[in-house]
Amino acid sequence: MKGQGRWYLFFFLIPILLWLFLLIVLPHIDLFIMSFRAENDYGDMVWSFKNYLNFFNEPVYWTTFARTAVYSILVTGITFIIALPVAFFITHVVPRKFSGVLMLLLLLPFWVSELVRVYGWMILLRESGVINHFLVKIGILNTPVEMLYNDATMIMGLVYTSMLFMVVPLISVLESLDKAYIEAAFDLGANMWTVIVRIIIPHVMPGIVSGSIVVFMLTLGNYLTPNLMGGKNSLWFTEQIYNQFIASFNWNQGSAFGFLLLLLSSLIIWVGLKLSGQKLSKVVK
Amino acid sequence: MIRTLPNSRTYSTFFNLYIVVYFLFLFAPLAVTCILAFNDSQFPALPWKGFSLDWFFADSSYRTGIFHDQRNLDSIFVSARTAFFVAILSTVVGTLGAFLFEQEEFRFKGFLYFLMLLPLVVPGVILGISILLFSNTLGIFFEETFNIDVGLFRPGFWLVVLGQFSFITTFVTLVVSARLKKFDPTLEEAALNLGANRMEVIWHITLKFLRPAIIGACAVAFLMSFENFNTTLFLVGSEPTLPINLYLQVRDGSTPVINAVSFLLIFGTSFAALANLYFSKNNR
Repeated sequence: MKGQGRWYLFFFLIPILLWLFLLIVLPHIDLFIMSFRAENDYGDMVWSFKNYLNFFNEPVYWTTFARTAVYSILVTGITFIIALPVAFFITHVVPRKFSGVLMLLLLLPFWVSELVRVYGWMILLRESGVINHFLVKIGILNTPVEMLYNDATMIMGLVYTSMLFMVVPLISVLESLDKAYIEAAFDLGANMWTVIVRIIIPHVMPGIVSGSIVVFMLTLGNYLTPNLMGGKNSLWFTEQIYNQFIASFNWNQGSAFGFLLLLLSSLIIWVGLKLSGQKLSKVVK
Repeated sequence: MIRTLPNSRTYSTFFNLYIVVYFLFLFAPLAVTCILAFNDSQFPALPWKGFSLDWFFADSSYRTGIFHDQRNLDSIFVSARTAFFVAILSTVVGTLGAFLFEQEEFRFKGFLYFLMLLPLVVPGVILGISILLFSNTLGIFFEETFNIDVGLFRPGFWLVVLGQFSFITTFVTLVVSARLKKFDPTLEEAALNLGANRMEVIWHITLKFLRPAIIGACAVAFLMSFENFNTTLFLVGSEPTLPINLYLQVRDGSTPVINAVSFLLIFGTSFAALANLYFSKNNR
């Protein structure tokens, strides 16, 4: 039995090892190595910090990087503020028989491709779009205005895109919140604000952490929404990576950018986990 | 504030209003996209010029409906083919992964589990460029050492399949593991006592128990692959998948054909999602 057990271990282990090493570990090591290779004056590939120096010497690169980071944190915060009341409504306010239906309605839009959702917003918001059409018709606007291609719209689009990944973890932790705590707090004279800050927020902390990590990571790595809704001035860091890879064909520079983005996302996720005292393997469940 | 407590009128009204606005926000872009697919106009915009199915069925010189639009039909076919292979591959490997992490003990298990979770926190764009770089490195290596040109290492269909497989498998592993945790090990022990070997136990008992989770994970894998954009963007060759093809069209100006495709996607995926939910409920 013991010898046979080993055989099963390898049967399960080998495909997993092949997957993780060939498609995850080695490609990232290659990314790391490529980012330290650059052409010297004679056109030969040598080890060099040039790609990283370019990043720091060219203001447009590091400002885009910082902008992407700050906006991603902002998007995560806004998503949380919008999502918490919705999650609370579904788990504790609406009559039980409706919460299943609402939950389903909540999930449906996110089964649809992100591209279709962004396209829908473009039809709504652009100069010849539906919202402008109505605003002009009822006389609020004289001429249509372009509502796409600015930072506010881009942030709204990013919040919309990642909403689900905040609402679902919040709902799953709120389901286990015993309503007796809230009743007791009100009996003892607490107001709503105290209940939210002292009871609800501490209870949903695990949900906040896992939701925030996913939302932050998805926003940071998003390409479609900034590109289509932010327009030419969106300056999202993934676009810089795309430009280096596809437009300038400078893969080494692109690798350095990619590695920096990876570093940033890992760092912020690590800080988030440390601050809340959670573990990655707990958070993903 | 909650069901069991009396709520003030303003509070209830305000909260209900908030939820209504939230759902409007959620559905407005999808509803508008669907409605404008039926507008008898050259542009996906108002004013409403009458109901028309032209953007689905027309085949004239100035309007080509989706069912005659070869470029879009081809990309739908490419996406379906990609999703089929990704779903099969990731379901098989993900299920093996669930068995590995739930039922086996070995050194470095914690480390390997951590590696398995990584694709969840690596942005899709980074995964795409790393796999592109690595396949390119391998391609050069094979060409220089063995003087053979391996098509797999160039951007194209199979590289897209591998790229999507690399992170979708993590989801499958987690879904199947969650179900495997609920498995009652005494059932396995009973079967072993009755003389079954481990393969027979897995085949006849454990896999039967896991079936709803495996089917559900396979469906989700198919959908995730069908809609993936970020990773695919860097690995795609001469055959664009549907999201890539739509992106190129939306970026360079759009016609209501895109609305028609979106309409089909919205109803197709909603239907698939509802069916998946229905079957997973029935199996519980």
